[in-house]
Amino acid sequence: MVKLNVDIAGLKLKNPVLTASGTFGYGEEFGDFIDLNRLGGFIVKGTTLEHREGNPYPRMHETPSGMLNAVGLQNKGVDYFIDNIYPRIKNLDTEIIVNVSGAKIPDYVAVCEKLNALDKIHAIEVNISCPNVKQGGMAFGTTCEGAAEVTRAVRKAFNGTLIVKLSPNVTSIADIARAVEYEGADSVSLINTLMGMAIDVERQKPYLSTITGGLSGPAVRPVAVRMVWQVAKAVKIPVIGLGGIMNGSDALEFIMAGARAVQVGTANFINPAATINIIDEITDYMERHNVSDINELVGII
Amino acid sequence: MTVSSNTRLNGAYGLLKLTSNNMQLPEMMPGQFVQIEIPDSKTTFLRRPISICNVDTKRNELWLLVRDAGAGTHSLINTPASRTINVVLPLGNGFSTDLKPGSTPLLIGGGVGVAPMLYLGKYLQTIGIVPRFLLGARSEADLLLLDEFEKTGDVYVSTDDGSRGTPGIITLNPVLESNADIIYCCGPSPMMKAVASIARERMITCEVSLENMMACGLGACLCCVEKTVKGNTCVCTDGPVFNINQLLW
Repeated sequence: MVKLNVDIAGLKLKNPVLTASGTFGYGEEFGDFIDLNRLGGFIVKGTTLEHREGNPYPRMHETPSGMLNAVGLQNKGVDYFIDNIYPRIKNLDTEIIVNVSGAKIPDYVAVCEKLNALDKIHAIEVNISCPNVKQGGMAFGTTCEGAAEVTRAVRKAFNGTLIVKLSPNVTSIADIARAVEYEGADSVSLINTLMGMAIDVERQKPYLSTITGGLSGPAVRPVAVRMVWQVAKAVKIPVIGLGGIMNGSDALEFIMAGARAVQVGTANFINPAATINIIDEITDYMERHNVSDINELVGII
Repeated sequence: MTVSSNTRLNGAYGLLKLTSNNMQLPEMMPGQFVQIEIPDSKTTFLRRPISICNVDTKRNELWLLVRDAGAGTHSLINTPASRTINVVLPLGNGFSTDLKPGSTPLLIGGGVGVAPMLYLGKYLQTIGIVPRFLLGARSEADLLLLDEFEKTGDVYVSTDDGSRGTPGIITLNPVLESNADIIYCCGPSPMMKAVASIARERMITCEVSLENMMACGLGACLCCVEKTVKGNTCVCTDGPVFNINQLLW
């Protein structure tokens, strides 16, 4: 038996495989396909203080080995989550991490305070990197000052594990990571989507209603692995890696580059059982390579 | 599932029949869809949502009508028999089929949108209702599976160029003036909107099937939303079939 469990600053995961926010709904959508209890954890859709309708259709465009999206944080708000969704999923035997988004710092803080009162939410992921909203989102995540300011504020409002999700749309992601570490983040996750754009030349119009959107999928993976490697060298807090992970070998790339855990995103759209396959493939790899503990592979590059 | 046959209907369409040797197909309702993996495509990687055209329970076979609309569907219509393809099914909500005996439904399909109408018609046939189909296409050559429709119910045809049936757009077909207690419609968006406005004027219940672009098909990605009276709603899980009263058309 190989040891798959990892510790993200006190957050105990039975294995390093999480799901990326916005790609796994509230877990329930995938209950027909997989046993959710086998996951290290799942990260629920970006949650804001108020209900958000998101951006107009069309919101998605497929690109070579990837997709652009411009959903724009559609969600029913934190109160709806707490009253209607949380009671249905809280007794799963896996970690439920809430992704928190906002347009203003007091909104982030208000959401964090509400989540802090829930016993089964041991961690939150603060999204300072959504490229698809006009206010807030990535605006906070592209400067060290903005990232530090959000982190400082939510750190006071949430006692559990505080993960900050970083944007790749910056000059030096390591500098942003250091800034949020300094302000008390327990962990960083990266990368959020890369800002991109595609044009329908026949119609002479952009494919997305918002013109630009966030690129995800295997197309971004080499960029993501490089950024995880840079950040893991720059900070002492655990790093969570994501960006185009489709299989166990992809996940291990991130782990070897320095990620303590990984998130699976776009792959869930193509294979609803991708996460479970990835856990099995990591296990198989460890057996083949005589690795008894996954932590031995973290950051070996 | 295994491709049992893949027949080119004319240049731009294929009828893909899939079977499974080790699994009995689950119950599927007319109007539901599947998410099918794309084999051998160098440029695509998402699945494609395709509506269920027919389920042949005796042969344990699923029929999908596919239009060559881009790299993904192009690859699908060229997939050879005996190839294995991964399919997630059935997804979404179908048409209302709890009709009273003696009901006079009208099933309208345009282009590749005729696909769900065949399965719906065959289903209505099993509950003792003779369906009336109104099928629209650009020209006679674009009318798909006409023999199957004729076996299933009464068929009325409109073609844009008048090469068969009533000339002009589908809404000019006189069958639309006859009595109908429910209209089911699937086709290009302008056609569905025109049918919806006729149904509204004549106070006939009308259900339409939308084909907004999807990534997951499971209600997770929130990409395929349609603006409805309840706000942005996932077509994959709350549709693809909607009563027109739910839509802001």
